[in-house]
Amino acid sequence: MFTEENLEKIKELKKRYPNQKALTLPVLWMAQEQFGWISPEAVTYISGLLNLPPKHIYGVITFYTMFNTRPVGKYHIQVCRNVSCQMLGSEKVTDHICNKLNISLGETTSDKKFTLNEVECLGSCGTAPMMQINQDYYENLNTEKIDTILEKLK
Amino acid sequence: MPEFSEKLLLPDIAGLHRIEVYEERGGYGALRKALGMKPEAVTEEVKKSNLRGRGGACFPTGLKWSFMPKASSKPKYLCANGDESEPGTFKDRQIFQYNPHVFIEGALITAYAMGVTTVYVYVRGEYDKWIKLLQKAIDDAYAKNYVGKNILGSGFSTELFVHKGAGAYICGEESALMNSIEGDRGYPRVRPPFPAQYGLWGCPTTINNIETISNVPAIIARGWQWYSGLGAVKHPGPLLYGISGHVNKPGVYELPTGVLLTDLIYKHAGGVRENKIIKAVIPGGSSTMWLRGDEIEGVRMDAESLKAAGSSIGTAGVIVMDEDTDVLKVLACITHFYHHESCGQCTPCREGTGWMEKILNRFLAGNGAMEDVDLLLDVANNIEGNTICALGDAAAWPVQSVIRKFREEFEKKVCKTAKQKFYVPPPHLVRTQ
Repeated sequence: MFTEENLEKIKELKKRYPNQKALTLPVLWMAQEQFGWISPEAVTYISGLLNLPPKHIYGVITFYTMFNTRPVGKYHIQVCRNVSCQMLGSEKVTDHICNKLNISLGETTSDKKFTLNEVECLGSCGTAPMMQINQDYYENLNTEKIDTILEKLK
Repeated sequence: MPEFSEKLLLPDIAGLHRIEVYEERGGYGALRKALGMKPEAVTEEVKKSNLRGRGGACFPTGLKWSFMPKASSKPKYLCANGDESEPGTFKDRQIFQYNPHVFIEGALITAYAMGVTTVYVYVRGEYDKWIKLLQKAIDDAYAKNYVGKNILGSGFSTELFVHKGAGAYICGEESALMNSIEGDRGYPRVRPPFPAQYGLWGCPTTINNIETISNVPAIIARGWQWYSGLGAVKHPGPLLYGISGHVNKPGVYELPTGVLLTDLIYKHAGGVRENKIIKAVIPGGSSTMWLRGDEIEGVRMDAESLKAAGSSIGTAGVIVMDEDTDVLKVLACITHFYHHESCGQCTPCREGTGWMEKILNRFLAGNGAMEDVDLLLDVANNIEGNTICALGDAAAWPVQSVIRKFREEFEKKVCKTAKQKFYVPPPHLVRTQ
């Protein structure tokens, strides 16, 4: 269930678009921010709220990579793996984090704190290699920098 | 070509992202001026300025605007494209961070020129921080009545909303972007009908890149004659060059169009790391054809020159690779990207990008055969031009150009134990231009 505040926001958002279907992405974002991921229950709830078939919501969350269809850790680490980052050592970044947290790509630590994934270009090619943790960008990475960042998040 | 050093999009002014500072520097003056002109005159001014789209296709902006019907019973829309997902491209976020009001002002002038009542700014979901910065700027503009009802007493009203994407490269394609705003999967649409006739919710719509729109205030403020004299004749104006890879000072540089690629690398970006030799350059984002290191001399960064050099300006996202780079590994990375980002509607792209990735990985694993090079070229040639949108072409071009220019790299990686023979491709597989 959305908070009262979010339900208010949805009312405001409705004024922006000529129909309810256009609210799919904004409302899914809201759900992800509130619940951390889009669970099957959340899909049912949103489909009722927007009066859209659940298949539409499933179609959307499986198309866009940023919607988590599984729970993720408190800190979702996403390492850019594309051209400029790869050329400047994104693989080392990933390996270092894997070793440090003792997990493989796509996995979550047992304390549910960190989830690690590789993603496509994050539009930060001038400051490669880089990663995103939740909403924040961490750029020009090296192993010491990664250690400091991860220490701070513990 | 006259030297032009003034910066229009990203000037070095502290606090320019704040509306007071922007106004002090003459900001929103162009909007006032435009509101005093007839909408058609604004379009005409942009047409004459020869401003061309900065999103990759270089389409003349004024001409695009003129496709919008003048009288329409339906509402008209403008989509500002800030999806910015092309590898090598990181320019629009600089505008959101350092000069959001130049974009907002440009969007309002653009909306006025076409009689648009709602502007949607589509920004990629990963840019959460920049969306917040942009939203703050938009709120400030609303508070001063630059946006909203009866703007500055002119009788013209328009709304400006940010729509957040959710991680899909394809949504930077104009028709996929519209589907994404409508709340659907980001599938490109078959055209015709073109967006100016049948766009968002079936209404007339124009889609422009963030950087394109940010050029508009200067054109209105100083006139088309002045603007069309900047940079390259057929592709004028300031351009945000994003340079990355093996250079000493990667980053976004604002310079006129038509600068020498070598100047960009050696003068502005501080040259190649450890003074190494350049092996290859991607001049305009991952979709564009590669240039060999020995081909970049004399090439200018504008649409016409790069076309003559066998590539394209794209988003002006330059990626520099030094002599130690494994070009096949880089190509495999790019091909993986297109395979991952293919929306899956068209068979050649959905399947072909995956096949190309498999073949390239075979080479990387040391199991490639010389025949595989031609198989790879055959797959690429069969994707190109056979898909609804340009993603298929974008996936094929880098592969085709690397095969043409770095064939020896494939030869190096051919499996030594397999039957070896020198293979001449049949003529129909060789792409001449």
